[in-house]
Amino acid sequence: MTTIILLAPLLGSLLCGFGWRVLGEKAAMVTATALLFLSAFLSWIVFFAHDGATHIIPLMRWIESGSLLTDWSIRLDRLTAIMLIVVTTVSSLVHLYSFGYMDHDPQWRKGETYKPRFFAYLSFFTFAMLALVTSDNLLQMFFGWEGVGVASYLLIGFYWRKPSASGAAMKAFIVNRVGDFGFALGIFGLFYLTDSINFSDIFAMTPEIAETQIHFLWRDWNAANLLAFLLFVGAMGKSAQLGLHTWLPDAMEGPTPVSALIHAATMVTAGVFLVCRMSPLMEFAPEAMTFVVGIGAATAFVAATIGLVQFDIKRVIAYSTMSQLGYMFVAAGLGAYSVAMFHLFTHAFFKAMLFLGAGSVIHAMHHEQDMRNYGGLRKKIPYTFWAMMIGTLAITGVGIPLTHIGFAGFLSKDAVIEVAYAGAPGAFWALVVAAMFTSFYSWRLMFLTFYGAPRGDKHTHEHAHESPSVMTVPLGVLALGSVFAGMIWYNSFFGDHHAIEEFFGISGGEVHAAAPAGTGGHASGADITELGEAETSEPVAMSVPGEGAIYMGAGNTIIDDAHHVPVWVKISPFLAMLVGFGVAWLGYIRKPGMPAQWAATLSPLHRFLFHKWYFDEIYDAIFVRPAKRIGSFLWKRGDGTVIDGSINGLAMGIVPFVTRALNRAQSGYIFTYAFAMVIGIVVLITWTTIAAGN
Amino acid sequence: MDNLLSIVTFTPMIAAAILALFLRGDDAAAQRNAKWLALGATTFTFIVSLFVLSGFDASNTDFQLVEERDWVLGLRYKLGVDGISVLFVMLTTFLMPLVIASCWDVTTRVKDYMVALLVLESLMIGVFCALDLILFYLFFEAGLIPMFLIIGIWGGANRIYASFKFFLYTLLGSVLMLVAMIAMYLDAGTTDIPTLLAHQFSYAPLNVLGLEVVGGAQTLLWLAFFASFAVKMPMWPVHTWLPDAHVQAPTAGSVVLAAILLKMGGYGFLRFSLPMFPVGSEVMGSLVLWLSAIAIVYTSLVAMMQEDMKKLIAYSSVAHMGFVTMGIFAANQQGIDGAIFQMISHGFVSGALFLCVGVIYDRMHTREIAAYGGLVNRMPAYALVFMLFTLANVGLPGTSGFVGEFLTLMGVFQVNTWVALVATTGVIFSACYALWLYRRVVFGDLIKESLRSITDMTGRERAIFAPLVVATILLGVYPSLITDIIGPSVANLVETYDIATADLVLDRAVADAGH
Repeated sequence: MTTIILLAPLLGSLLCGFGWRVLGEKAAMVTATALLFLSAFLSWIVFFAHDGATHIIPLMRWIESGSLLTDWSIRLDRLTAIMLIVVTTVSSLVHLYSFGYMDHDPQWRKGETYKPRFFAYLSFFTFAMLALVTSDNLLQMFFGWEGVGVASYLLIGFYWRKPSASGAAMKAFIVNRVGDFGFALGIFGLFYLTDSINFSDIFAMTPEIAETQIHFLWRDWNAANLLAFLLFVGAMGKSAQLGLHTWLPDAMEGPTPVSALIHAATMVTAGVFLVCRMSPLMEFAPEAMTFVVGIGAATAFVAATIGLVQFDIKRVIAYSTMSQLGYMFVAAGLGAYSVAMFHLFTHAFFKAMLFLGAGSVIHAMHHEQDMRNYGGLRKKIPYTFWAMMIGTLAITGVGIPLTHIGFAGFLSKDAVIEVAYAGAPGAFWALVVAAMFTSFYSWRLMFLTFYGAPRGDKHTHEHAHESPSVMTVPLGVLALGSVFAGMIWYNSFFGDHHAIEEFFGISGGEVHAAAPAGTGGHASGADITELGEAETSEPVAMSVPGEGAIYMGAGNTIIDDAHHVPVWVKISPFLAMLVGFGVAWLGYIRKPGMPAQWAATLSPLHRFLFHKWYFDEIYDAIFVRPAKRIGSFLWKRGDGTVIDGSINGLAMGIVPFVTRALNRAQSGYIFTYAFAMVIGIVVLITWTTIAAGN
Repeated sequence: MDNLLSIVTFTPMIAAAILALFLRGDDAAAQRNAKWLALGATTFTFIVSLFVLSGFDASNTDFQLVEERDWVLGLRYKLGVDGISVLFVMLTTFLMPLVIASCWDVTTRVKDYMVALLVLESLMIGVFCALDLILFYLFFEAGLIPMFLIIGIWGGANRIYASFKFFLYTLLGSVLMLVAMIAMYLDAGTTDIPTLLAHQFSYAPLNVLGLEVVGGAQTLLWLAFFASFAVKMPMWPVHTWLPDAHVQAPTAGSVVLAAILLKMGGYGFLRFSLPMFPVGSEVMGSLVLWLSAIAIVYTSLVAMMQEDMKKLIAYSSVAHMGFVTMGIFAANQQGIDGAIFQMISHGFVSGALFLCVGVIYDRMHTREIAAYGGLVNRMPAYALVFMLFTLANVGLPGTSGFVGEFLTLMGVFQVNTWVALVATTGVIFSACYALWLYRRVVFGDLIKESLRSITDMTGRERAIFAPLVVATILLGVYPSLITDIIGPSVANLVETYDIATADLVLDRAVADAGH
């Protein structure tokens, strides 16, 4: 069944991309969408039917060389099951939504067919993403990793007439490649140490890796730390973490459904998934994990500050995404993988909804994206307004403090913040401040868009209209997720360890040495035979790396610690949310002149934030332009002056007669060459004949 | 059939002879006949070569389909293939019909053109099949003559300079290789390659002009062969002839040059340098690794700044060949498997890229990147094909370009992490230059007046690309098609290499421990 889930989008992509001339435009798009819904439907069945055990389904041989053996295969465990429903659900809804959004796109001229291509790319993306999350080895994961990169490249650059779009597409691909560079080195290192790149083998060996020193570059390193770090560099690129984040805001050049699917709900979370997937390795890499936490917290904070002052509606949400990804990495870096996955899961719903809602606004406003030209749209597009409202309530974390009742973001974000307090107080403060900023810019977006007086082009406002039902229905479905996903699955992701272990298929618990009888049996359905000795029915079985979907080492008590944080910590994100809301309300409803005053008063700071901390300018100055200069220099000077110059000089000096001969006859070189060769052969033959004669 | 390889090798030559002797006139009918005959002969060769492949037993690491008979002047004529060479034969026979089809619109001296290409095919196949030193040398060197003619007669304006350059480079390398071959004959008393492979060349340290040479005779012989193969590959810093040759060559010439001729260098390393002079290879190995790593970064950066499409792809070829040499001299299973895979894959991908340039060059008669832009508006099929091969060139997983890059890097990581690190940056740079090229040529609005009436690919052009597309994706998704064939032979090579160099490696370890 998982095979069908994986291959249906690929089939849809091919049918739609290549078969639309035969099928007809509409039928091709319907086919692709229907296949996606099939995938989504099956994914939910798989998710609910999943027993927590790990199943491996081999499909076909792939790269084999000596001891390197990799297959195309599917690894189905809880992590995969979660990602399956996230990917296929959001993707199928985005397919549906695109019927409305992509209709009559003003970027295209009359008679141009662009929709089947768009749907084909979307389906292809989904396939690559599924290949990533279902992979059983690092190489297939890398295939999916780069596959989603290409899909992202194609979709960001979808409006290929716009130079800014194709530029942004290139940037996304190349910055991601920088991350992939680290990822690839990590794979090489793991193969070097374990002679395998299959997860099962690597996980089984992680305790040994932790004891190993690996010579890399100029010194020896602790292998686990080094490799975890290298893999995380890959995650940084894909998940737009600070340093490798510059592509994400530019990626908003793509059509809005793309932003919702790829740059909010699924692809950008691949890095978080990678860290969780590699949890057996991460658990043995404390220094690398500290780095993960640091980067995550810094990203959450920096992105939130930039989001405060942007005016493009999609960019605000993009920075918000980046910031939320930082939250996930903080949780993952502190060893609370289930919490990271929890936030990933809920975030997918509300962030996809915010983007699709923004798309609906943009659609209504004739592709105007500047929030300064919005205002008072509440009445014009009520469904969209309510959807956005639910999304905002979810992302800002509205709920009843100290209970488990609230919007999805309330439960998952608060869980992350509690984990942060338990594990890294510095990160905790960064996240709380970021939560306040999140609340501010989210409400600012709402107020600027839906409240106040209409601004900008009058004509556009007059013609603002609610989107068709193919667009509002997906919003409704996602709204359900945004409201309920947190409450329903709270216990599975962030409940007591027993619930978490059952959910993720971990058989024994080191935290409670005397596990109740029965827990040991969970992995008994596992298809992995290597784990046979580990999954005994002894109640005190230690958790073994690679058993179950995530691994938490013996000393990892972060979830328990997080449950026991002081009350003020638990309500701090809620207070931060209120402050953010209050300031936004003050500045954009009560006294609309104030933000301009703030900006003027804090002019240097505002400019700094508005220019996104000048990352693009700095990178341009230290990477892009020097690379071009070096390239030119090596070409003109290196190849031209040094290499050709010296060889020509040599020729002029030592064999001038050759050049003279060449200058005499225009085609003399052929003869000269042939002559030299013939002489060579004659010499050789003569020599061997004479020598043989002796 | 015990002379299958001879049939494969000489069928094109016989067709060339028929063309040269019996076809008269240069009118349209004669041109058409010449092309059809050439296409027929190359296709026939390909079909016959399929029997070579089907008759080949991959699990057997010896030479197979061996033919041996006396030849002139007491020389031996000996052909045969093993797991390392058989796929190069297949690559050549597979590509040549496509090359012939790609020059269907040529109108100047068509008959001669076909003759040159057919002779070239015979000589290239000969290089990969020859099992005798002299025979190998003959094929290896003679192959340059038709290539020169192709560049010289059907090439661009500045062809004299390009060939002059090429001449100087190759001459030096060939002379040294010739000297080395003579020395080998004197030492081993035979020119038979299988015998030479089993022969143990001395590696006692030598003193040359007061300089202590580690690895002795093996190192010297290795260097002499290296001079020839490094130029052929081409390796940095003797690569500068390639961009010029490519720019001047006609499309078919570029395709053959990039797709097949460059592989002779890599094949030479695998046939001679590594197995015959293992100690020499081990001594000089890290030099090659570094040259390769430098080549990858250096030429990628240079490629980025090119204004001529062909030059850009030529520089990118040098970078990709850097992965090959790196993989070969990593001297482990992954490295060598990857190197061979990379060579085969590069044959398809770079060949296709040069064909892509050819498609628009035929229409616009310029290779300047700045002259294009927005082609996707009028050439969607072309945009798709070009995109696929651009991505394969970048090494996207799922295309054949990835497998070779990945395996060579994995191989070299086990030997030298610095080199692996530097070389892996190549994956970033390749994305930069390839996607930038694509963006400037294909994306954007079509604003240039000259491009308004450009037409998409014709049926013939699509038919040429179709097999390349299939090969690129098939090998990317199911690379076992290749690794199953080369695997056992490579394993055998690595094993003998490790045994031969065990002493040296041990000495080094002792020396390291002593410090």
